Amino acid sequence: MNRRVFMKSGAMALATMGLNPSFLRRTVFAQDILKGGLRSPTGKGKTLVVLFQRGAADALNIVVPHGEKAYYTMRPSIAVPRPSAMSTPTSPSAIDLDGFFGLHPSLSPFKALWDDGILAPVHAVGSPSNTRSHFDAQDYMESGTPDNKGTRDGWLNRYLAVKGTCDECHLHDAQNAKQSPFLAVSMTPQTPRILEGGAPTVAMNSLDEFTIRTNNSQADRIEALYRTGNADVIHAAGGEMFEAMKILKTANPQQYAAQNGADYPRSPFGQHLRQIAQLIKADVGLEVAFADVGGWDTHVNQGGSTGQLANRLDDFSKSIAALVKDLGNRMADVTILTMSEFGRTAHQNGNGGTDHGHATSMFVIGADVKGKKVHGKWPGLAPEQLNEGRDLALTTDFRSVFSEVAFKHLGAAKMDAVFPGYTGAEKNWLGVLG
Amino acid sequence: MRTLTVISLAVAATAVSAQSRKQTPAVPQSTTQQTNDLLPDEQIQQVLNRLTFGPRPGDAEKVRAMGIDKWIDMQLHPERIADPGADSIISKYAIYSMPTSDIMRDYGIAQQLQRQVKKESAADSMNKRDARKDALADNPKAAEAIRQTQQLVGELQSAKLARAVNSERQLDEVMVDFWENHFSVFAGKGQTRLFLAQYDRDVIRPRALGKFRDLLGAVAKSPAMLFFLDNAQSAADSTEPTLGRRPGTQFRPGIVARRPALGGARGRIPPALREQYQNATPEEREQMLKRVQAQAKRGLNENYARELMELHTLGVDGGYTQKDVQEVARALTGWTFNRQTAEFQFNPNIHDAGAKTILGHKFPAGRGEEEGEAVLDIVARAPATAHFITTKLARHFVSDDPPKSLVDHCADTFSKSDGDIRETVKCIVTSPEFMSRQAYRAKVKTPFEVVASALRAVNAQPDFTPRTAQVVARLGQPIFGRQTPDGWPDRGDAWMNTGAILNRINFGLSVAAGQLPTARLQNWPLFDSLRVLPRDKQVDGVIKSMLGGQVSTETRQVLVSGENPMLAKGGAANDANGMAMLDSSSVMMGGGRPPARQPGKAEKDGKGFPRGQLPGFGRPVDLKGLPQVVGLALGAPEFQRR
Repeated sequence: MNRRVFMKSGAMALATMGLNPSFLRRTVFAQDILKGGLRSPTGKGKTLVVLFQRGAADALNIVVPHGEKAYYTMRPSIAVPRPSAMSTPTSPSAIDLDGFFGLHPSLSPFKALWDDGILAPVHAVGSPSNTRSHFDAQDYMESGTPDNKGTRDGWLNRYLAVKGTCDECHLHDAQNAKQSPFLAVSMTPQTPRILEGGAPTVAMNSLDEFTIRTNNSQADRIEALYRTGNADVIHAAGGEMFEAMKILKTANPQQYAAQNGADYPRSPFGQHLRQIAQLIKADVGLEVAFADVGGWDTHVNQGGSTGQLANRLDDFSKSIAALVKDLGNRMADVTILTMSEFGRTAHQNGNGGTDHGHATSMFVIGADVKGKKVHGKWPGLAPEQLNEGRDLALTTDFRSVFSEVAFKHLGAAKMDAVFPGYTGAEKNWLGVLG
Repeated sequence: MRTLTVISLAVAATAVSAQSRKQTPAVPQSTTQQTNDLLPDEQIQQVLNRLTFGPRPGDAEKVRAMGIDKWIDMQLHPERIADPGADSIISKYAIYSMPTSDIMRDYGIAQQLQRQVKKESAADSMNKRDARKDALADNPKAAEAIRQTQQLVGELQSAKLARAVNSERQLDEVMVDFWENHFSVFAGKGQTRLFLAQYDRDVIRPRALGKFRDLLGAVAKSPAMLFFLDNAQSAADSTEPTLGRRPGTQFRPGIVARRPALGGARGRIPPALREQYQNATPEEREQMLKRVQAQAKRGLNENYARELMELHTLGVDGGYTQKDVQEVARALTGWTFNRQTAEFQFNPNIHDAGAKTILGHKFPAGRGEEEGEAVLDIVARAPATAHFITTKLARHFVSDDPPKSLVDHCADTFSKSDGDIRETVKCIVTSPEFMSRQAYRAKVKTPFEVVASALRAVNAQPDFTPRTAQVVARLGQPIFGRQTPDGWPDRGDAWMNTGAILNRINFGLSVAAGQLPTARLQNWPLFDSLRVLPRDKQVDGVIKSMLGGQVSTETRQVLVSGENPMLAKGGAANDANGMAMLDSSSVMMGGGRPPARQPGKAEKDGKGFPRGQLPGFGRPVDLKGLPQVVGLALGAPEFQRR
């Protein structure tokens, strides 16, 4: 998957001359961004795919700091071995990225993305809150307001609510234009915290479920019921729903089989990503997609390069890599952002696992990332460098990454509304995206 | 056209006991006068919809026979209502008879077993699941204990729904639900679920129509709330005096006696560093301790204090400051619970005994548990609280934006009766605003109310499994599953969204198809009598029984014939304010058909992806005859209202 595939058509010529297209984007298209419009080569809108690893994924075994001696002394039996020519299938070693960091071997599908320059790991990033409660930390990361339990909505919903209200935005006029009912879709049974709020979103377990479970004539009658009687909030919601179903029926996302040889795992996570791809291809106006995956809370027997965590990472990376492959050209308009509520202890515990930690890691995947680099400021793993003597210390607030992605990829404005109380937008950006 | 409308109205009027009329006064098509007063049958519907979880067949007749006032009074005094059905339900659930100390004991056993298994499996590097199976086989009592703890939430959800559907003390059930939402706790947070049965049975239920101050105090001392909002581990900052020690006393290394052993290793050297600590020089040790102590210094947790004022009493605009939050938190330090007995316990050693100023009141130093009680007294009796609580009650019983006149009047009743919930509810449900046209059928049902009212409408039996409760979760409102302490919203616009409507429609169809475990249309009293009647009479019967006896003529027409008469005549799709025809595909209602869905396709696509087996979310249903009418009615917009 060559980066050239993601060129904007106008930049194609220059790109083959070796010029960095994101530079081009900044100048030629800067005008467009200032005007509030977001163009794209395929003429369609942008999509952000947010993937939440619930349970505090072990960042140190995911983006492995194999250059740190302390990593190996602290994890005598579960550390991922240094990249080595002697890596074997039963004891695979880390996949080297830049001489200091590597990937867990089960993330091998990510290596191709790294080589193409579209995978940007971010390390030592996370929430400034001290909480080690899954429940609270997920709440803070989804609400976008660490240590504030009073926030009722999620930051992605606030983004949806304020977009189109920046001074010169034309693309989505919240007042008048008919917004797609599929602006924000969550492949979950209920609306997740991150999408809770006033802006309308759709939560569905699967595309197949988004249908009235009866034959056509009965469905027609039900629709008739919602188009008769008095106009009120119930009828309005019903009307929107039937609209959405019609759009879905016409667009028929299920028709899009995986392309380019993409092979999605049969896991729930893999299937959710497959359906997100279908929705993107179906051009239903999807701008924000969300899915989550659990099983990361590895307190016991997490394994090193093989074992529990490795199995989770295998499904995780295969699913995401399939999504990227399946989307092909459309990856020009899609950015994938992964996250977890916090990391885990630097030391392994007495049960071959790790406990709740602090800073974590993320992946940003897309055409616009500054590739071939592990972003963030590495604090080190010496005892005095650890947070509270036990965890990877935090050097980047998660809101920095989120706001950078939201602004640069989606064109979000009004950061103070999307992340109230956060003053680091723009000035604290790591430059993960070009 | 107009003639036809009048004639069909006349026909409808004779077929249904209540008049067929529009539900908003916007553009009346009928010639009936719009008054603010409700007709007697409408009053009965209003009272049943608001004071119960929905009318059952025969309920309207009972209310009519007794008289509305007498019926309301009876519901306001649940102790006067015999309820053998609910008693029988309660006896089926172990959780109601289990002391919480037993639940804690079982949980302890489960934890112990897990630790044992971890040790063994780590040692032998055996497969963890096999190790567990072996350990459980050796110890059937432990196995039973574990099974109990895992099923706690499912049982409680099932019990709550079953009681809401089948109890005769309906207003009491409505109030229990109201308060469990007002004082919301989340079953998914840590050990909260262990204390839920106690919360429902011992804390909320006995006080749902009593004095607000009593209820508030019981909640404040409940392990469920103490755990959920972290007050159980809130301790005085080390700079403050406690009742156990003087301020500035040397903090002894490794000590945890000051606080309950909760919340991790704060205040201690982390296990990973213990060896290092033991081998360290005295200077290094001092450094390590300093670092750890710097974390331990702040033991105060403000979470409950803030929610106590913001969500439980004064309201966010109730006139408290951030300083007040902190001071209240200080006053409530030491309010915790015993881990073995799950009983409230005041721990003087961690109680902040310094002087405080709270909401303008001065609290001298050296006071103990009575400080927290004084705080509760102040907030419970504040005028802002009377207003806040009354507004929420009025929103629940009358309309999303209750009239100011009503709130002011009944807040006054709240204050004058020293926070008597019964008196306040009585004030609201006997008010003219309650029995007004604006309030009539003005509320949108929550998912819990949709499921409960559908089950009551078809006279369903209680489901002792968690399956029906899971349907409530699938509709978006998992019981005890609200993650944030503000509870579920009580406004229609919060519940009406694209996915929600779809789920409710599918739910209605699944009830009619008999997919819910304990709801069989054959057991519906009207089934046999209606089944043999022609379609239009069936529709009238269902409208009367399930839709309050009133729908617009067009709605009735759709139920009878499947055609929208307005569309057939080429008019606007919606007969009220001309809700615009959105696009040409709505023409299909008049004639064309969309391409037939392939029946097997869903299964094929879903292969390898776990399908929901919940009723309403599985196989499509094909209803005919009377079940079809019922399915349409339960999925109709009118059924979403109460």
